[in-house]
Amino acid sequence: MTVAGRRVALTGIGVLAPGGIGSKRFWDLLADGRTATRRITFFDPTPFRSQVAAQIDFDPAEHGLGPQDVRRMDRAAQLAVVAAREALEDSGIGVGSGPGSADPHRTGVTVGSAVGATMGLDQEYRVVSDGGTLELVDHTYAVPHLYGYLVPSSFAAEVAWAAGAEGPATVVSTGCTSGIDAVGHAAEVIREGSADVMVAGATDAPISPITMACFDAIKATTPRRDEPECASRPFDGTRNGFVLGEGSAFFVLEELDSARRRGAHVYAELAGYATRSNAYHMTGLRPDGAEMAEAIRSALGQARTAADRIDYVNAHGSGTKQNDRHETAAFKKSLGAHAYDVPVSSIKSMVGHSLGAIGSIEIAACALAMEHHVIPPTANLRTPDPECDLDYVPLTARERRTDTVLTVGSGFGGFQSAMVLARPDRDAE
Amino acid sequence: MRSAAVITGIGVMAPNGLGTRDFWDATRVGRSGIGRVTRFDPTPYPTRLAGEVPGFTAADHLPSRLLPQTDHMTRMALVAADWALQDAGVDPGELPAFDMGVVTASAAGGFEFGQNELRKLWSRGSQHVSAYQSFAWFYAVNSGQISIRHGLKGPSGVVVSDQAGGLDALGQARRQIRNGTPLVISGAVDSAICPWGWVAQLAGGRLSEGEDPGTAYVPFDARAAGHVPGEGGAILVLEDAAAARARGVRGYGELTGYAATFDPRPGSGRESGLRRAVELALADAGAVPREIDVVFADGAALPEHDRAEAEALNTVFGTGRVPVTVPKTMTGRLYSGAAPLDVATALLAAAEGLVPPTVHTEPDPRFGLDLVTEQARTAEIRTALVLARGAGGFNSAAVLRVPAK
Repeated sequence: MTVAGRRVALTGIGVLAPGGIGSKRFWDLLADGRTATRRITFFDPTPFRSQVAAQIDFDPAEHGLGPQDVRRMDRAAQLAVVAAREALEDSGIGVGSGPGSADPHRTGVTVGSAVGATMGLDQEYRVVSDGGTLELVDHTYAVPHLYGYLVPSSFAAEVAWAAGAEGPATVVSTGCTSGIDAVGHAAEVIREGSADVMVAGATDAPISPITMACFDAIKATTPRRDEPECASRPFDGTRNGFVLGEGSAFFVLEELDSARRRGAHVYAELAGYATRSNAYHMTGLRPDGAEMAEAIRSALGQARTAADRIDYVNAHGSGTKQNDRHETAAFKKSLGAHAYDVPVSSIKSMVGHSLGAIGSIEIAACALAMEHHVIPPTANLRTPDPECDLDYVPLTARERRTDTVLTVGSGFGGFQSAMVLARPDRDAE
Repeated sequence: MRSAAVITGIGVMAPNGLGTRDFWDATRVGRSGIGRVTRFDPTPYPTRLAGEVPGFTAADHLPSRLLPQTDHMTRMALVAADWALQDAGVDPGELPAFDMGVVTASAAGGFEFGQNELRKLWSRGSQHVSAYQSFAWFYAVNSGQISIRHGLKGPSGVVVSDQAGGLDALGQARRQIRNGTPLVISGAVDSAICPWGWVAQLAGGRLSEGEDPGTAYVPFDARAAGHVPGEGGAILVLEDAAAARARGVRGYGELTGYAATFDPRPGSGRESGLRRAVELALADAGAVPREIDVVFADGAALPEHDRAEAEALNTVFGTGRVPVTVPKTMTGRLYSGAAPLDVATALLAAAEGLVPPTVHTEPDPRFGLDLVTEQARTAEIRTALVLARGAGGFNSAAVLRVPAK
C-alpha cells in the first residue's frame, strides 16, 4: 500500500564483492570486464566435482571489526556490517538525535540472505560432532554465539546496531532472489509510511564444504577446472553450471522528498518491484519464463514505465543452460521486440553467484551503471548459444545513456523477482 | 479505502493438539503438551523438556515422493496449509494462480535435515550429501513447497526475525493483500528438535533447565528461568475481505493492526522498543487501549524480559487494566510458529468468549499484570493484541478484530 506520493530514493551504496571491496573497486572490476573466479582456497576442494569459486580477500580487522565482532559474527554478518557502514557513509546520512539526522525510530533494516550462517554452522557442526562421529553432538564444544548462526535474524540485529536503527528490522530469505526481495521489501516499508529511511541489502558467504557438496549433488555448479578465471560463462554455448560466490551489498533508501531536502545524492529511484512464483519445482524452471515475465510486467507497471524505455537489463544469468534459456524467454515475453534491442548482461560472469547476496550486488551494479552511463559486460561470452539470441554485451563494457534499468532474479523455491530503477526526474508517462 | 485482510482459514500443528479442534479442546482447559524429549536421547544435555507435536505421521497426509525431500517442519507446514485451505473452504485450483501467494516465517529452516547431511559430509564424504540438501534446509523451503503444492504463483515471501518473525510474515501477507493479491497463505511452523538444533538453542542461553513440565516454563513468575522450546505453529489463510465476502465468507477476524520495532543497542540502558510496537500497532488498527480485550503476551520467562514486557503493557494500558495470557506455557516456545499460533488461539478464544489460561504460573505481583492463570476466563473478546519478541531485539505486535456475534 502506497501512501500518496511517497517515493523511494537510493542514496548510499556499499559493496563487498569478489575482486572488489568497496563500491569503487567493484565498479572498476565490472567496467574492466575482469573476473574474480579462482580455484577455491578456503578449504581443499580436491574431493569436490566443482572446485572453483569467487572468494573475497577480506580481512575484518582492516574494516574496523574487533576480535569480539569477528568471534560473534558469521562471515556473512561481517560482510553485511562492513557493506552497510559504507552505504551509510556514502549517503552522508546520520542516524541519531543530532540536527539533520534520521530518527532512529523511523529507520529500519532489511537484510537478504539465502543461506544465513551456513559457513559458521558447517565449521561448528564439525567440532561439536567431532568430525561427524557423534550423533549426540557435544554442547560443551559449542561457541557461545551459535544461536546467532542458528537463526540468521542475528544479521539484521548486527546491521541495526551498526546503523543505530530502531524501526522495523528483519531478514528476508527467499533463496537466490533474497537480494532483490530485501530491497523491494524495504522500499515498500518506506512507501507505506512505516519508516523514512531503510538500510537494506543482502549478504551470503556460502563457500563451505556443505554448500559445494549440495550443489555438486545436483550438478548445478560448473565442473570446469582449467582456466578457473573463465569458469563462469552465462549465455555462452559452452557453459555448464554456475560458479559459487560470496559478498554483500547494502543501500541507504530514503523517502525521495526528504532525501532531496537534505541535498542527498540520489543514485536512482526504486520505481518498481514485483515477485512471483513458478509453483512448479524447487530447483527446476519451465522454459517459457512465464512467471518471471509476469514479475517484470508488474514491476514495469508499478514504475509506470513502458518496456521500450529500459536502457539496460541486468540478467540473473547464472550460467546454467536451464536458467539462460528460461530468462531469455521471459525477456522476450515481457519486453517484446525491445528485448532484441536492449543490452542484457550478467555480472555473475565476473563475481560469481553469491546466492541471496547477488541480487543486491546486482542492484549496486545497476545504480553504478546509471551513474557512469556504462553497461557492464558479460565476461567469457565467446561462443554464442543459438537459443540465447539477445544482445548480452560480450566481454567489453559499453558506453550508453542509462536512465532506466531492469534487474531480475530467479531462484530455488521457484521465486522470480524483478526491479526497475530509474532517474527520479524522468518523464512520467 | 484500503483492503481489509481477514483470516478465513486456520491449520494448527501444536504440541498440545494436532489440528484446530484438538488444539482448542486442550488449550481451553489448560492441557499442556510439554514433556521429556522423545526424538533423541536428551540425557547428556542440561535441558530435557520440549513441546513435541505428538502423533504426526507425515505419510498419512503427504505423497511419498515428498518425504525424502522434506524436513519434519516442512511436512508439518504442508499439512497445516492443507488444513487451513480446507477450513477456509478454498480450492486453489479454482482461482487464478497469480491471485494467490504464500508468506511464511522461519527461524532455523530445516535444521534436522541439515544435521543429517552435515553428518554424512563429515563422516562419509561430500559425495554422500543428498541432492535435496540444496533446498530442504533453507529458510525459503516452506513458502516454496506450499506454493508448488497448491499452484500459488502470486507474490510470495519469507521472513526471519527469530520469534517475532511469525507476526512479520502476517504483516507482509497483509501488505500483499493491500497491493492487490486477494489470497495469501501465511504463518509459520518451526522445529529444531534434533541434537544439533538442541545444542544451538542451548547456546542462546534462554532455555529452562527445569525437569518438571509443570514449572519449567513460567513467565511472569518469580521462579522464571527460561523457556521450554517447542515445535509446530499455525498456517493461516488471509483474504481480502471483499473477496471473502463475495464467496459468502466472513472469516474469523481481521488483522487490523501490525507494527515492528527494534530495541536500542544492548547496554544503552534505554527502554525496549516493545511499547512503541504496541502503540504503533494500535494506531495502525485505529484502536485505543481500552478497546483491547485481551493481550497474548510474548512471555519470555527471563526476569529482565518479563519486566520489560510488563512495563510496556502497564504503560500503555494502565497497571493491571487488561487481561494478559500466555498459552505458550502449554506448548513451549515454537520460534516463528509461536505467534501465528497465538493469532489462531486469539481468534478461537474470541469465537468461544473464553481467554485460555497461562498454566502453572504464579504471577509475581511486582509485575502488576492481570494474568489469566490456571482457569480459562469467560470474556467477550472483540479486539485482541498479540505480541512476539525475538532474540536480538525484535518486537512485533498485531491487533485482531472479530466481528460481533
